[in-house]
Amino acid sequence: MEPALHPPSYTEIRHRMKKLAIGLYVAITAALLAWGFYQAVYVAPADAMQGEVYRIIFYHVPSASVAFLFFAISLCGSIGFLAFRRNDANRAQVADAWALAGAEVGVVFCTVVLITGPIWGRRAWGIWWTWDARLTTTLVLWLIYVSYLLLRRFVAGPQMQTLAAVLGIFGALDVPIVYMSNRWWRTQHPAPVFGGDSASGMDPAMVSALMWNMLAWLLWGLLILGLRYRVERQHQEFAESDALDALEA
Amino acid sequence: MTRALWTHLVKDLRIEWRSREAVNSMLFFALLVVVLFSLAFSPRGAFSQEISGGVICVATLFASMSALNQAWAREIRHQVLDAQRMAPAPGADLFLAKVVANFLFVSIVQLVLAPVFLVFYNLRVEGQAWQLALVLPLGTWALVANGTFFAALSIRSRNRELLLPLILFPIFMPALLAMVLATGSILTGDSDPGLWIKMLAGYDIIFTTVSLLLFDVVLNAE
Repeated sequence: MEPALHPPSYTEIRHRMKKLAIGLYVAITAALLAWGFYQAVYVAPADAMQGEVYRIIFYHVPSASVAFLFFAISLCGSIGFLAFRRNDANRAQVADAWALAGAEVGVVFCTVVLITGPIWGRRAWGIWWTWDARLTTTLVLWLIYVSYLLLRRFVAGPQMQTLAAVLGIFGALDVPIVYMSNRWWRTQHPAPVFGGDSASGMDPAMVSALMWNMLAWLLWGLLILGLRYRVERQHQEFAESDALDALEA
Repeated sequence: MTRALWTHLVKDLRIEWRSREAVNSMLFFALLVVVLFSLAFSPRGAFSQEISGGVICVATLFASMSALNQAWAREIRHQVLDAQRMAPAPGADLFLAKVVANFLFVSIVQLVLAPVFLVFYNLRVEGQAWQLALVLPLGTWALVANGTFFAALSIRSRNRELLLPLILFPIFMPALLAMVLATGSILTGDSDPGLWIKMLAGYDIIFTTVSLLLFDVVLNAE
């Protein structure tokens, strides 16, 4: 008549603790994002030359850092996949999930960079775009990882992960070359100093606002990355169990 | 040169000699690109000298797409690729032979087109013309080596011909930049192309090495 009451099992406790931890993490991240917004818009003083326009830097620079970090994670995942795929299949799958998650979320943040940058440039310097080393490298990086995602979508079959990992390595190899070649190009044809080292000579109040936003967006990015990783692992596990069913049928 | 490499190379060259499909289609496509660019930009005088480096490189790029797209088509038919996998010869030999063969085809197209190009754009080589013999082969090798590798990557995709340029072009960009700037500076005689030639050589070495190392992974991916 009454459902039997029982104390929660060990796995149930762990499950609930995990959910609590993630919930806490989300709450802290949201709080930090709000704090970062407050710092960026209200606390940091107006720029001497640009006025209020420069405030987009608090979204532009953190997004760039997060994008580069995630592309590095993707590269590690690609290398890990190729290293482990013969010896330890499960670890290889984990590596591949990180490679895909890093690439996807990295592309999102890189898109933010490529949109906020020209918006800022147009107002601050009068030009939407210039082909200097940093901008060109960011654009080519974006193109490389979009092509990586396209490869993953268009190639069917079990070898897709191997091919994607190979392309990931090629892509990452290309980035320093793009950067250097563009630097040489621009030293031959010097362009107007564009952005220089934006954190040099920054007012301390601006620096602290930037750091808060860096932290907030990093935590947010890691949350999305973690979620994407988990979703990909679920996909992989379903695919594996489907394959197993097909074998046993 | 190992026997396997030589065998593969001779096979590809012989098949191409008998059918001449790759070289013919590339030649015509490159010619069309040169003409289209003339119509689009109406090059005249100094402007012609400046853009001709870019036009020649882009024409080579588009032309080699048609060769690269069908680079592995022959091997896919009749399970030839499976036979290659089972053969004891290293995959790197097969890859290198394909790259050399495609390199020869694209270079033939460039040689045939060069006088046409000089005529259409009224070009004079202001700088050192012999350097062109360095720049164009280095740039073409970069294109063909990467292109053949990525063509092998996109074999199993649904839209093979579409995917190849999508994954090749971003990675090829620094080599394209170097090739365009070097050719431009040789034709206009404005600056020294030495830096770009070295960059192209470095790019070629790095990517050819990595392609050779990773080709067996790609070949045996399934």
